[in-house]
Amino acid sequence: MALAAARVSMPAEARAGEVVEIKALMRHPMETGYQVDAMGESIPRHIIERFTVSYDGERIFGMDLTQGVAANPFIAFTTRATRSGELVFTWEDDRGELSEVRKTLTVVP
Amino acid sequence: MTARRRRLSSCMLSFLIALAGSVEAEPLASGSTFLSEAVRAQQADEAANPGMLWVDEGAELWAQTVAEPGQSCAACHGEASDTMRGVATRYPAVDAVSGALLNLEGRINTCRREHQALPPLAYESDELLSLTAFVAYQSRGLAMQVETTGAAAPFHAAGRAFFHRRQGQLNLSCAHCHVRHAGRRMRGDIISHGLGNGYPIYRLEWQTLGSLHRRLRLCSASVRAVQFASGGPEYLALELYLAGRARDVAIETPAIRR
Amino acid sequence: MPTRRQIIAAAGVAGSMLALPRLATATPQMHDDALSALSGGAPINDGRVELIIPGVAENGLSVFTTVAVESPMTEADHVRAIHILSEQNPIAHLLTWHLSPRAGIARVSTNIRLAASQEVTALAEMSDGTFWRDRRHVVVTIAACIDGG
Repeated sequence: MALAAARVSMPAEARAGEVVEIKALMRHPMETGYQVDAMGESIPRHIIERFTVSYDGERIFGMDLTQGVAANPFIAFTTRATRSGELVFTWEDDRGELSEVRKTLTVVP
Repeated sequence: MTARRRRLSSCMLSFLIALAGSVEAEPLASGSTFLSEAVRAQQADEAANPGMLWVDEGAELWAQTVAEPGQSCAACHGEASDTMRGVATRYPAVDAVSGALLNLEGRINTCRREHQALPPLAYESDELLSLTAFVAYQSRGLAMQVETTGAAAPFHAAGRAFFHRRQGQLNLSCAHCHVRHAGRRMRGDIISHGLGNGYPIYRLEWQTLGSLHRRLRLCSASVRAVQFASGGPEYLALELYLAGRARDVAIETPAIRR
Repeated sequence: MPTRRQIIAAAGVAGSMLALPRLATATPQMHDDALSALSGGAPINDGRVELIIPGVAENGLSVFTTVAVESPMTEADHVRAIHILSEQNPIAHLLTWHLSPRAGIARVSTNIRLAASQEVTALAEMSDGTFWRDRRHVVVTIAACIDGG
């Protein structure tokens, strides 16, 4: 199963040098591996392990996650607007499933 | 304090609380009033509210065309931000054709059957939660204004009776918690008025979106009473009564609750 | 009419019916070990880091957590990474944010899980190799009505 939809919120436009806040939500159970189901069977761990962000090809932010992060992970961070370009957001879970969102930031002088 | 005096003052307290319950301020305070500032902020920020993930999925389903007869929700209803605005404030409502009481989930499934020749979506399925959340979200910030008279009157009366009936091994009615003790603490919680103005909700304990009827099943279980079927007549009537209590309270879907 | 005490007692019973599987939890010692593993034994200074987290969390399954670090975020002087550590969760090292000068400012947020009331640590690793931290005590409360499914 591929990872479900994500929601990335950021301004479409920023002035050069401006610090832009980016918020990302990803639908994922972040199953801890500690729970048991109704039949008493252990539910295997299933978590997003890595979140990375590149801006115009350069990696600008990353996060390593564990089962200590809440379900449907929310991540907020910042970047300084340099030049117009594409931001690529990638989530990778412990089953090797990947999800990618692309957003364009237009930088105005 | 002597036992007798304690009993007396406890009786007085009960009386005062009962009195307060009978003259509840209108509109009643939304459940979000009893949340921490951090969770209220998370609910208000659509970039941080995880319930929006389901609203997004609902938007996709809304636009999705089914093979036969080639209809999408949007094909009939157009832009939801326009045509669905305010709809959730009027639900549950009596269906003029069948005379049945329908909540949003029921209306969506009726639409599927009548106009899309599709089987109903299962209660609590992601698809039904998503579509319901998407439709209710179009009324975010609008006041609940459900019809409780006319054809709705018998359903409303059944809901009221349910709300005030003692149930379960704990022998409690809904009103015991949500009228008499609303605003007071129970364990780490503050008891709400039980309005249902933010459903489907993202409940932190569920770690997912869930329906009002899922929450009601939990209420029933918590007082060790019979749990009724989600979408069944008991909880539908109760949902109407709760919506009547929530008159003039703003819709918060997708709300976040504990 | 039931008294408040009866309601509370009943809710307590309902909650305990749904006891979660017993887990090995991190200990303050494991937390300290994780901390020194991350710092490579370098001294850890108090200051420069601000851990913003509720003093009372309504539900340990999602606790809104922000870390802000005083840093110019330049090539020469920036925050490389920020870690969150727990002393009561099943694991001590909950997450790491990797930052670069491209961040502009050092301020990040997420929702963490806390298994119990405990001290939470935010540890910042600077580009000059120094380590700074902030610690906050969080009381984790439990919802009155716990869902057994």
